[in-house]
Parts: sequence; structure tokens; C-alpha cells
Amino acid sequence: MTSMSKAEMDDYDNVIFARPDIMVDRPTHFCPGCGHGIIQRLVGEALQELDLLERAICIGSIGCTVTAYEYFKVDGMEAPHGRAPAVATAIKRCRPDLVPFAIQGDGDLASIGAAEIVHAAARGEKITIIFANNATYGMTGGQLAPTTLMNMYTASTPGGRNAEQSGYPIRMSEMLATLDGPAYIARVAVNNPANVRKAKKAVELAFRTQLAGLGFAMVEILSMCPINWRVEPEQAPQWMTDNMIPQFPLGEFKVLPGVAALRRGDRS
Amino acid sequence: MPERTLMGGNIAISEGAILAGCQAYFGYPITPQNDLLENMARRMPEEGRVFLQTESELAAINMVYGAAAVGFRAMTSTSSPGFSLQQEGISYMSGAEMPAVIVNIMRAGPGLGNIGGAQGDYMQCTRGGGHGDYYLINLAPSSVQEMMDLTMLAFELADKYRNPVLVVADGFLGQVVEPVTIRERVKKLPEKKWAITGARGRPKNRINSFEMNPIDHPRRIKLLLDKFERMRINEVRYEALNTEDADIILVAYGSAARSSISAMKMARSKKLRVGLIRPITLFPFPYQPLADLAEKGCKFVVAEMSGGQMLEDVRIAVGNQNEIKLANTYGGVPLEADPIFEAIDLLM
Repeated sequence: MTSMSKAEMDDYDNVIFARPDIMVDRPTHFCPGCGHGIIQRLVGEALQELDLLERAICIGSIGCTVTAYEYFKVDGMEAPHGRAPAVATAIKRCRPDLVPFAIQGDGDLASIGAAEIVHAAARGEKITIIFANNATYGMTGGQLAPTTLMNMYTASTPGGRNAEQSGYPIRMSEMLATLDGPAYIARVAVNNPANVRKAKKAVELAFRTQLAGLGFAMVEILSMCPINWRVEPEQAPQWMTDNMIPQFPLGEFKVLPGVAALRRGDRS
Repeated sequence: MPERTLMGGNIAISEGAILAGCQAYFGYPITPQNDLLENMARRMPEEGRVFLQTESELAAINMVYGAAAVGFRAMTSTSSPGFSLQQEGISYMSGAEMPAVIVNIMRAGPGLGNIGGAQGDYMQCTRGGGHGDYYLINLAPSSVQEMMDLTMLAFELADKYRNPVLVVADGFLGQVVEPVTIRERVKKLPEKKWAITGARGRPKNRINSFEMNPIDHPRRIKLLLDKFERMRINEVRYEALNTEDADIILVAYGSAARSSISAMKMARSKKLRVGLIRPITLFPFPYQPLADLAEKGCKFVVAEMSGGQMLEDVRIAVGNQNEIKLANTYGGVPLEADPIFEAIDLLM
């Protein structure tokens, strides 16, 4: 029987990557290669680093984010399809000390919940929205979404999306950025390590925008859905680069001066 | 001496809500309940409470859901088409056991219908209204005083059962102006340990209507069904007038009950033995007192401002032996005493 040397044991204890403590130790329900697991983790890291265990309220909406609140140790609730911004609005108005955030998919936010997101943004509600855009209805089996790309095959566009039948994909970040209510709106992606690092910064800034009381904050995160895109999980990140990012360019669309100051504070 | 003042029905509901400790109101304009929303717009900020005019009735009910989830006494008010839009949210709230008060000042339907008062939402109100196995306690005032009192009771029952409670009245009652005795303010609100107020010093709270493990779901629904059964046992409310010697029983609620009282007086002046059962809770419905009167051989007149919806509940209560006549209006037309009296006359 061999035993570890002290050096080996020290090395063994030297954890360099672990689940944030604020996340529940349980398997997720996401499919292989799905981006939602990364998004959940980025939110978990932000909650952990901003010490929000006792203040955050996670709102899961309908779609693949339906159980988002099961993966955090913070208080959580379920919103009907598309209505998470309304639920978050009420929580924040009733209890301004709490930090409500919702994770919404593209069908939830840009289709059935289009009215709720527009009006929450227009009112400048001090809430944080994490918008996972994977260009399809993942949970129901890959039907046409408001963000489905032109010519993209889905379960309900058997010949591919065409404009005559289904119109054009909606760029929610650009659209909401035309309003005066939002303080911070950015689009990021989780298809490679460099983009994940940028996404993490954006998510954290969206929470800090709420904590500073600056207004509505939304981060649109382009997320892989290899099963419904009909590509192998390992090919999905490249598929996103080639097909999705040209339609949904990454970047910041609204950064109020106060938000920019929060970020400058980081650097100093 | 308690204050006594003249007040409109819709205003009495909003003032009753404030007296009951309503901490948040969300609503969308729709006739004939706009004066309720407008009074809340002024009064809630005066009281340091939350008021928001929402982008739709959908948003309103989901804001009520969010406010209830953080433990606030919350309310929305609407009228029939808006109430239809709110069914999804109400179903979620019942499934998630969220207490709140919903006010439906009914107008004529279906569709756009018109803005005249009506009672055509009876089935929608008393049978849950949205998807799934659930019910709401329905409180049906027939005076301005009751608009205030039953709204206050609605908040109490919502918290008692952790379920939305409906205050349901027709548009005519919303506009009636009558003297009202102002009730005392509720000073102490119940503690809500289940509320999502931040996971501070306790494991997280979770509010939903869904179980990840499908095996758990029927168990959860059973708990709800048991709760609705407790409502049926404990919360039946009705007013019985002149029923002891009656041959004919009028059954009516809301405005129609007021006209029925007039019709009953007309009948009594002609020595006709007519009584009234006025359901105050439409769910749970007072089946038993009606069944007892049926047993004694009474005949019945159902007076309502719909095609005959409560009629079906009266039939359930009474069975097939006893004669029932319907005296009704629909399409936003008030039901007056004369057609009710005529129905009594036909039964004699």
C-alpha cells in the first residue's frame, strides 16, 4: 500500500477550479453541449463574488431556464411563460433591498414575453435579466424562435426559415437599447474561453448596475443548442461563430455613464 | 364613533383593501373599474405603499404573484376581458399557493361585449377559471358596505388558505353610491415564513407550481384538493331572508339580489310567501341550505344577469324534482324587480 507524500497531499488540496459555494451540488437537466450550464455557472460566480446569497431572488421562466432556481442556494421562484420581468418588477418595487434576477430564453423573452421585457426596460426597473439566446425553442424540441436565423431548419420550419412565411429574427439588445430606461445592455457569447471571460464580466456588471440602483440591466448571452441545431456538441461553438454571431453581433449597446464608472472603478 | 360617509362601490373596494393592509396594487385600465385603479393611484403612495399601472392585465397579475411571493398583501382589479387574460397567472398562483386578492367588476361578454354590468363570468369565477385543478373563494358583495367588508375578508381568507381570493361584483354595483361605515384598520399582518425574502439564516425558500420529480406532483395536487375541501366545509356564506314560511325561494347575488329583495317585497305585499337565499360565497356555493328548502317542497326563481349560469348550481343543489324558473337579463342590461316578480307569478 502506497501513501501520498506531504507534497502530493498539499497539491491535492490545492483546488484551482471548483463549483461556487452558492451553487447547489446537483446535476443539471441540460443536454450535452448546451450553453445553459455555463450561463448558470457565470451567474453563480457573480452571485458569489458580490456576496448576494442573502439578497438575490432567482426567477426561472418557462423553457430551458424553468428550473434555474434549483441550482442556486438563493431564494427562488417560477414565473409563467414570458412574465419573469413582471414578477421581478414587483419583487424589486416591494422589496428594494432584494436583488431579483431572471434567466429567460429567447422564446420566453422575445416572443411570448415581448411586452413584459419592453415595458420593464422602458420603466427602467432596477432588475437584472440574463437572456439566453440559442435561436430555438430548446425545451419543446427545436421549433422556430423569434431569434431563429434565416434559412435555419427547425422542427416547425421544415424548409428552413423564410421571410415570406416567418419574417426576420429580432435583435432584442439593439431594440431595447433604443429605450431610455435601460442602464446596461450587452450581448456576449459562451462559445469559447475568451468569450466566456467577457460574458462573466458582463453578467457581473449587470448585477452591479442593479446594486448601484442605476436602472434596467440585461445581458444577452448567445448559447449553444447542438441537439436542436443538429450539430455535434464539439462543433456547436464554431457553428455559433460562423452562423449566429454575424446575425447577433457581440458588444455593448447601452452603457450609462454610471455603469461605465462602475467598470472604471474595477480598473483603478 | 366609526366614520360614516358616502362612497361608490369601486372606491369602497379600494379603501377596504387599504384598511386590510394591502401593500401593493397593480392594475390596467378597463371599464367599469377605472375609478378603483385611479383611487389606488392616489391613495397607495399616500400610504407609502406600492402602486403601478401595468402594461397589461397579464403583467398586473404576474406582479401580484411577485408581490405575494415576497410576503406582501397584494391586489389587482379588472373587468371581464381583463379577468380572462389573468387566468394563467391565477392558475400559477393557486398552484404555488400564493395569497392575493383579485377583483372582477363584471361587464357583459362574450368578447368585447359592452361596458354595462353583467354576471356572465359566474362559471369562470366559480370553477377556477384557468387550467388545472383549482378553485378560488368567491366573495360576492351586494352593497357598497359589503364591497368594503368583503374585500377586507378576502385578504384574511387569502392568507388563511394561501390561495388567491376573488371579489366578484357586477359593473352596476361598482358605480352605486351608498353610506358606508369605515372599518378599523388591520394593524397586524400575518407572518409568512414561506416568503422569498432572501436566504438569510435559513435554507432557501422556493415558490413554484412544479415538481422536478413527476412522482411528487400528484401528492402536491392532493394537498391543494384537501385545502379546497376545507373551504367547502368552512367558508360557505349566504344570507337567508323570509325562508321559514316560504313556498318560493329567490336565489340571487350582487345587483340581482337587490332587485330580488324588491320583487320579494312586492310578492309579500300580495300575501305570496316568497323568501330569498343570497349566496355571499359563490365558491363555496351554499348547496345545503337550498337542498334543505327543496326537501321542504319549495319552488325556486334564479335571478341573474347572465344566460343562466348560477342556475346550474341551483339545479345541482335542488335536484330534478322542484320547479326552477330563470329571471334574467344579459348583454349589460340591469335586472329589475318586475321580471323577477313575473317569474314568481308564473310559479304560483
